[in-house]
Amino acid sequence: MKRNAQPQVTSPKPATGSVTLLVATRKGAFILKADSTRRTWKTRGPFFLGHIVHHLVLDPRDRRTLLLAARTGHLGPTVFRSADMGKTWKEATRPPAFPKAPEGQKGRVVDHTFWLTPGHASEPGVWYAGTSPQGLFRSDNAGDTWKPVSGFNDHPLYTQWTGGDQDGTPDGPKLHSILIDPRDANHLYIGLSSGGVFESHDRGKDWQPLNAGCLALFRPDPYPEYGHDPHCVRLHPLAPDILYQQNHCGIYRMDRTEGRWERIGTRMPKSVGDIGFPMTLHPRDPDTAWVFPMDGTEVWPRTSPGGKPATYVTRNAGRTWQRQDSGLPQSQGWFTVKRQSMSADAHQPVGLYFGTTSGEIWASRNEGDKWTCIARHLPHIYAVEAVELA
Amino acid sequence: MKVQIPPALRSYTDGQSEVQATGTSLAGMFADLDRCYPGIRFRMIDEQDAIRGHIRVFVNGAAVRAMDTPLRAMDEVMIVQALSGG
Repeated sequence: MKRNAQPQVTSPKPATGSVTLLVATRKGAFILKADSTRRTWKTRGPFFLGHIVHHLVLDPRDRRTLLLAARTGHLGPTVFRSADMGKTWKEATRPPAFPKAPEGQKGRVVDHTFWLTPGHASEPGVWYAGTSPQGLFRSDNAGDTWKPVSGFNDHPLYTQWTGGDQDGTPDGPKLHSILIDPRDANHLYIGLSSGGVFESHDRGKDWQPLNAGCLALFRPDPYPEYGHDPHCVRLHPLAPDILYQQNHCGIYRMDRTEGRWERIGTRMPKSVGDIGFPMTLHPRDPDTAWVFPMDGTEVWPRTSPGGKPATYVTRNAGRTWQRQDSGLPQSQGWFTVKRQSMSADAHQPVGLYFGTTSGEIWASRNEGDKWTCIARHLPHIYAVEAVELA
Repeated sequence: MKVQIPPALRSYTDGQSEVQATGTSLAGMFADLDRCYPGIRFRMIDEQDAIRGHIRVFVNGAAVRAMDTPLRAMDEVMIVQALSGG
């Protein structure tokens, strides 16, 4: 398998502070804080009990501000902000919303805000949000008011790129995986489920598909320009030309200088396959990544294959994969992990965390070699973010 | 006019189950509610100015959905959030 030379990476020192997990669930949010050894955890919450929380994200620029994307049963979607780590919350004055359509035309309606991404380090106060149906929104005031990114939402090819409701996930089509090149605030990537991966070099004014080499088995042309279903796309912060994605049709890696996705999941065991939702990268090694496979056969059960949950790690950019299931159920474990529900801290060794559809949080202090359940009986988990607070 | 607020929205009205609002139409009433209780309108009315799918509005006991429904000062408005789902 051809590989470019190892990217030049200047690794930061491993983190040493206390790890906090920001957990978004179908019935509210929770915050879990570890002791200095990451062995014992204290749970705070629920915050916004009964609200459907899709994402809870820390602003890494101040390591204090939280944004939370919520909808509430049948009420409209909104965003809440906390500047004091969840003690108090303030609702956005204008949450993400599409423009009002001209009289006589059918307008789009945000069903829920699905994804939140803090802006570039050089742009304090800037945030991006991805919604269902696929919409991209930006806030320039720390999440208080949100404006549509018209360059995507009103792009002449928007309808072709995104398809219709029938092309979305069972919970609605989504815009997710909003990635910002740490070298350039104007260079953005997004993932559309469905639609594919798209890229902008001008801060969202225009977009181009970025799907060459990626399979879309559910299309008449299995290698179309767009129309794919990337479940989770990741960019390595220290080697920003290295992209990974867990796709509906396999695990992929791209060296952006080549511009073509390479399927790296073919070396996964055939009995497990390379279908799944989340993908997590090592914070200092661009060749190391973890996935959590699920059963994507026949009717797509979306469970751990065979009822035997495991993470798989590659440490050589996808040439080989190793199964990691120590501590996890060895049978009758039918949970799975959603696309935002697996995360890594920056310690040495790296800590890994995932939340399950059955409300458990599992942690590993040694890069997946041994897993321990640190919380159970939570609601259905949508997102887990490992962070270090100020 | 009197407006009854469902439990899911009382975080906006300081827990009040009934508030006063003004307006000569349903649209005007929702705008006044939002002036008094910022953010409450968007939880019930989407960006295309339509009442969200599982929100019901009754005026003097009669169900209405049109935002240009006329209202008078003595009308009683009841907002109901459906309880379906799990």
